[in-house]
Amino acid sequence: MSSITGRIYRISGPLVVAEGLSGVMMYEVVRVGEEELIGEVIAIRGDRAYVQVYEETSGLTVGERVVATGRPLSAELGPGLIGSIYDGLQRPEKEIASRTGSIFIRRGVNVPSLRRDVKWGYERSRDVKPGDKVGPGDVIGFVSETPLVSHKVMVPPEISGYVKWLAEDGEYTIEDPVAVVASGDKEFEVRMYQLWPIRRPRPYAEKLNPVEPLITGIRVIDYVFPIAKGGKAAIPGGFGTGKTVALQEITKWSHADIAVFVGCGERGNEMSDALTSFMKLMDPRRGRPMMERSVFIANTSNMPVAARETSVFLGVTIGEYFRDMGYDVVMVADSTSRWAEAMREISGRMEEMPGEEGFPAYLSSRLAEFYERAGRVRTLGRPERYGSLTIFGAVSPPGGDFSEPVVRSTVRYVQCFYALDYGLATRRHFPAINWLLSYSLYIDFVRGYWDKLTSWSEYRETFLKILQREAELSDIVRLVGPEALPEEDKLTLEIARMIREDFLQQSALNPVDAYSSPEKGVMIAETIMEFYRMARRALAKGISVARVRELKSRSEIAQMKYYTSKQLSEGIFKKVLDDIKSDFRELLGE
Amino acid sequence: MSRERLFVKSTKQIFGVRGSLLFVRAIGGIRYGELVEVSLDGTSILGQVIDVSREAAVVQVFGSTTGVTPGKSIVRFYGETIKIAVSSDMLGRIFDGLARPIDGGPQVIPEEYLDIHGSALNPALRVPPSEPIETGISVIDGLLTLVRGQKLPIFSGSGLPHNRIAMQVVRQASVRGSEEKFVVVFGAVGVTYEEAAYFLRELRSMGALDRTVAFVAPASASTVEKLALPRVALTAAEFLAWNYDMHVLTILTDMTNYAESLREISAAREEVPGRRGYPGYMYTDLATIYERAGRVATRRGSMTIMPILTMPDDDITHPIPDLTGYITEGQIVLSRDMWRKGIYPPVDVFLSLSRLMKEGIGEGKTRGDHRELFAQLISSYAEAQYLRELSAIVGLESLTSRDKKYLEFGDLFERRFINQGERERRTFEQTLDTGWEVLSVLPEEELKQISPQTLKKYHVKYRLEVRTRSG
Ligand SMILES: Nc1ncnc2c1ncn2[C@@H]1O[C@H](COP(=O)(O)OP(=O)(O)O)[C@@H](O)[C@H]1O
Ligand SMILES: [Mg+2]
Repeated sequence: MSSITGRIYRISGPLVVAEGLSGVMMYEVVRVGEEELIGEVIAIRGDRAYVQVYEETSGLTVGERVVATGRPLSAELGPGLIGSIYDGLQRPEKEIASRTGSIFIRRGVNVPSLRRDVKWGYERSRDVKPGDKVGPGDVIGFVSETPLVSHKVMVPPEISGYVKWLAEDGEYTIEDPVAVVASGDKEFEVRMYQLWPIRRPRPYAEKLNPVEPLITGIRVIDYVFPIAKGGKAAIPGGFGTGKTVALQEITKWSHADIAVFVGCGERGNEMSDALTSFMKLMDPRRGRPMMERSVFIANTSNMPVAARETSVFLGVTIGEYFRDMGYDVVMVADSTSRWAEAMREISGRMEEMPGEEGFPAYLSSRLAEFYERAGRVRTLGRPERYGSLTIFGAVSPPGGDFSEPVVRSTVRYVQCFYALDYGLATRRHFPAINWLLSYSLYIDFVRGYWDKLTSWSEYRETFLKILQREAELSDIVRLVGPEALPEEDKLTLEIARMIREDFLQQSALNPVDAYSSPEKGVMIAETIMEFYRMARRALAKGISVARVRELKSRSEIAQMKYYTSKQLSEGIFKKVLDDIKSDFRELLGE
Repeated sequence: MSRERLFVKSTKQIFGVRGSLLFVRAIGGIRYGELVEVSLDGTSILGQVIDVSREAAVVQVFGSTTGVTPGKSIVRFYGETIKIAVSSDMLGRIFDGLARPIDGGPQVIPEEYLDIHGSALNPALRVPPSEPIETGISVIDGLLTLVRGQKLPIFSGSGLPHNRIAMQVVRQASVRGSEEKFVVVFGAVGVTYEEAAYFLRELRSMGALDRTVAFVAPASASTVEKLALPRVALTAAEFLAWNYDMHVLTILTDMTNYAESLREISAAREEVPGRRGYPGYMYTDLATIYERAGRVATRRGSMTIMPILTMPDDDITHPIPDLTGYITEGQIVLSRDMWRKGIYPPVDVFLSLSRLMKEGIGEGKTRGDHRELFAQLISSYAEAQYLRELSAIVGLESLTSRDKKYLEFGDLFERRFINQGERERRTFEQTLDTGWEVLSVLPEEELKQISPQTLKKYHVKYRLEVRTRSG
């Protein structure tokens, strides 16, 4: 393809205007200046192309070259993704470090996203033979990328025809062809990797309704505001309310096959903390380091702002790619607000009509493009398979005020809303998910799963009612003190406290409680409910709440979260239930 | 900034002036972001190219454009962004916001010229901060431990003693280990004449000056100097940390003044203002300053940053503290109530948080009991606080004797543990021991956060027994 070359006409921060790029496409990648900085065409007005540059532009001069590449900004998808740390343009940061020998990220570095020198053990699929007709998504082989991930090599979307040749099992680099597909007189070499434009959703056969919860290991999410596989959730909250910790916990413990963590305009120290813990921590279900099923994108707040948008879309694209293999993928973005701010900055430079608080009018549709890529699907190709991509996005509203444009636009596209509360966080109630403001629209989809385990629907409703009542009573308590309340209300407060402290609170710092299996949550909930039932009976017989509060089993319930699911089911759970019964029997003199 | 300038090109073709913006007819080769100097009668002001096209360049001058005459004033282009000379000889010296000496000493002989904007640390090379810095101040060391590589700000209010705390940290801070080289870089931006005089006096009288580099840009300094100061200070700090393996603590005060300068410039550029008139990119701008903190795998040194800012109207949701809090790893919040009670340093423990503390304390770092003691002090103080409020509703009489013990603890905690002399330096051990001392007014069974082993080893009661037995 002959490349079109233009010249820089104007430079204004990350925005460069180029002339002479006739025939350039929207969203085409261009190389700007002598250092060949990466940019993307984001508007074309007359013969001027407006280029958003993904690297620092200072030092550029008018008249320098701008070369069109003929390609939209694309991700390289293939073996080698897992365990990588990429910047927003999918440049591998570890490689950059070893190649440049610098502790800093310098601009203009050109490193391929996937390593070309690694030979992967390839095993061809026994279901495909030469002469077979294949189409998009058909699995033709496997690479054991890590002990946790069998990477399926698929016929890329938009390719179909007859198999002319298939590589035997062996060691190949990603550039080596592993199949030749012929269609008419055209031949296409299938390699272990494919390119896909990050702004374009990857195709699937059919989008499906959610059916199953994505267990996150966080009780307040799983039990109270569950998310489904393929769902989308927002976690808004002021600084220090626990967004980052929540997202890290979700990527660590979720019952997903693949986790993609996008740090977009946030802290470098946090990224390194996450990276270190992913190397050390073991996936509880499979006993291998979490890094062996994770991909990181680290575009910290001091890196070029324009690349915040690409880091988010890159993350989604990688997520969809693994979804297409039939995996359940969870992707988190911390924080979507930083991306929105980048949009605002570029839009301002383009002198577009500003919308609310200076954000561009397309803020909302851009957020929709992102969240709508979540979902559970039947994938393209054979064998028939189902995959899901679940998205969690953090939102960082100024002053913790949820009425600002990014939160308000996001709410329209997500099904779960986890409102983090400043008051809870200062009282060190973590996760600081406010139970009065948060919601999940997946309740009916996951009811089947939970009600098989326990009387979930009833318990969940009871919990929420008690917490609601507590909120109403707290105003009165503030005026008259708790002792002035009738006994029945005092009991409500006591049980609400148990729900909050013994069930909802879950410290990410506690190695045992950081992950809570569904069974564990169920056992704690059951004991609280049992205690509640017994306490109500005791109250009816004239026993005071003060005496109920003092029961030994009350503090046994509080200790339950510090046991593993196994320890609980192998004795502790039963013992606590028995102790509750005998405590109350004694109290009632039975 | 002391290097002789070889100007690459110059022009007299100014065709417009608006606020602090100059519109210059373009000449070939103007670089985006490069520094310019505009000469007026006898003097000159600095500026920067903020937009350049084939027809025109827009120059933002840092200061007043009074006296700029189209067709007459000369605009000279530097061909590069702001660079400063750095050297390890900067230790013990005092500079202005553009790294020019103001202590009467000679120019430093440069080892390198560095762009004050620096570059982003490669995230893949970062190492999570995990070693403490001892500030000698109990409430920080005990409850809000500062960790090497962290950025931990102080949120203050006007009239609160943040400058004194800053100077106390400069005087006292240190790291353990004789092999480790520890230095402080101090930057004061936009401070009043009185404040600047106070800092200079303190710094000069301090025995610690030989391990300190100071930068001062008073309120009267030009906007460019005020905007440059934090970056200049951090450039010097990075040079010492990454080239000389030093642990550098950079204290920057008062970053509210920096943010005001940023707003001023933004208004001059007629940008669409963000919240309360601050530019929409203020988060990113502050992040490029604070994210220079950290540790990396291939270097021994570390970069720690403690910015100090005053919250306008004591409002923590104001954009300056708000955006800072979104970037930094926690915050130390000063409280007017505590200050009125006569507590120094007047820290509000509940609003404050050091996010990286948990990695930096414990056996081999501070002391084995630190974690548990910390948890216990916080939860007991919270209970004391709750009971203070409750007693205001129901009256002191209706409190139990247990409750009254808590009230006593609350007072003791504030007066003995948080409160401390401005010239008093407490080691980690002294801080933790003071913690145990104030805890000892509570009945032992109230110390639920502390394991029996830790209690036996550290609780004042048992320690006294051990001492009497062995003595
Ligand atoms: N689930 C949790 N368990 C324990 N501590 C938590 C939890 N979530 C947050 N925290 C505490 O709150 C601090 C801030 O959390 P973080 O997720 O970084 O907030 P945000 O990203 O919203 O600014 C953490 O450093 C930690 O001390
Ligand atoms: Mg965060």
